[in-house]
Amino acid sequence: MKNKRDEHLIALDEFCVYYKIEQGFVWSLHEAGLVRIETIEDCNYVEEENLSALEKFIRFYYDMDINIEGIEAINHLLEQMDEMQHELISLKNRLRFYEGG
Amino acid sequence: MEFIDYYKVLGVNKNATEKEIKSAYRKQARKLHPDLNPNDKEAKTRFQQINEANEVLSDPKKRAKYDKYGKDWQHGEEFEKAKQYQQQSYGGGGRGQTFSSGDFGGGDFSDFFASMFGGASGGTSGRSRQVKFRGEDYNAELQLKLTDVFTTHKQTLTVNGKKIRITIPAGIENGQTIKIPGHGSQGINGGPNGDLYITFSIARHPGIKRQGSNLYINAKIDLYTAVLGGSVTLDTLSGKVKLNIKSGTQNGSTVKLKGKGFPVYKQEGQFGDLFVTWEVKLPATFSEKEKALFTELKKLHDEK
Repeated sequence: MKNKRDEHLIALDEFCVYYKIEQGFVWSLHEAGLVRIETIEDCNYVEEENLSALEKFIRFYYDMDINIEGIEAINHLLEQMDEMQHELISLKNRLRFYEGG
Repeated sequence: MEFIDYYKVLGVNKNATEKEIKSAYRKQARKLHPDLNPNDKEAKTRFQQINEANEVLSDPKKRAKYDKYGKDWQHGEEFEKAKQYQQQSYGGGGRGQTFSSGDFGGGDFSDFFASMFGGASGGTSGRSRQVKFRGEDYNAELQLKLTDVFTTHKQTLTVNGKKIRITIPAGIENGQTIKIPGHGSQGINGGPNGDLYITFSIARHPGIKRQGSNLYINAKIDLYTAVLGGSVTLDTLSGKVKLNIKSGTQNGSTVKLKGKGFPVYKQEGQFGDLFVTWEVKLPATFSEKEKALFTELKKLHDEK
């Protein structure tokens, strides 16, 4: 019987067939620490919450010819941008405080 | 509707080879792809333009037609030919490879494209992998008052014609974005739905400043209360609060009311603090008797 956590896992082989990509590509992302592959009873899974990031990496690799090292660098920079965006919102709110509200 | 120079869009000359077009397209896509330019509307628009240019120029049939009729695409005769062409070309598949933009609607082509080629490309994408994708993410902004986010509440929103009921947690910050999974557009060919991202814009509240979960207000007290002490009742977001004022309270001094501030986001039952800054109001007019008494007070003060 599937538990609640298992329901959020997607079988790696099905995922790769669905997106028409090689499993090796997803393993490379896993080795680079960009996604996590879970192995349960000899079956490999990716987490549903990684789906959006995985699709993005697929576009980088297959559509834009960016290799795994490039994806790592881009992902790092995008994460930094995201952090800076949060910081910017926080600073804007502080500025708003001193401007009167 | 204006003619679009697809060669200019990709920055190639009219004799460019397929390889040169592909290379120019990839180079521009690496700069403009929405994955690499999150929340950049200008990049998104330019990406759509290069996608469309590539859709035409990387498909020999489309390119031949574009080269032949290009600027005269509006002529009736050409329209007829266009229709014939369209019927013939469907099912044949193109060799063009249009980048999928994922959540960013890269398939939106211009009216010019639609009038010449009969709508978005659909069947001409290079890899069939690209037709099975998550739906587009939606971004929406919700404007609320400060009092709206003082308590957790539900609100019904209409997003792209569909009504959805969401829970707005107390303590949400101005500019904060929350994700509502699965409420974006439908997945493509059975792919999962996109997500809905809601960014909150919280209006300023007159008389109340907020910093995180702390609130700041100014409260006026008269000179006599400041000098002699007393009590005052204040209106706060959580109701009326009675405060004792100690004798000799200074103008601009602040008191902290623990736990009377704003709810802490996603930490039920926890509140920030309320800081009250006293503004001592001096009397603007005096009766003769008051003046005499103040003079007496001054004398006493000077004798100290």
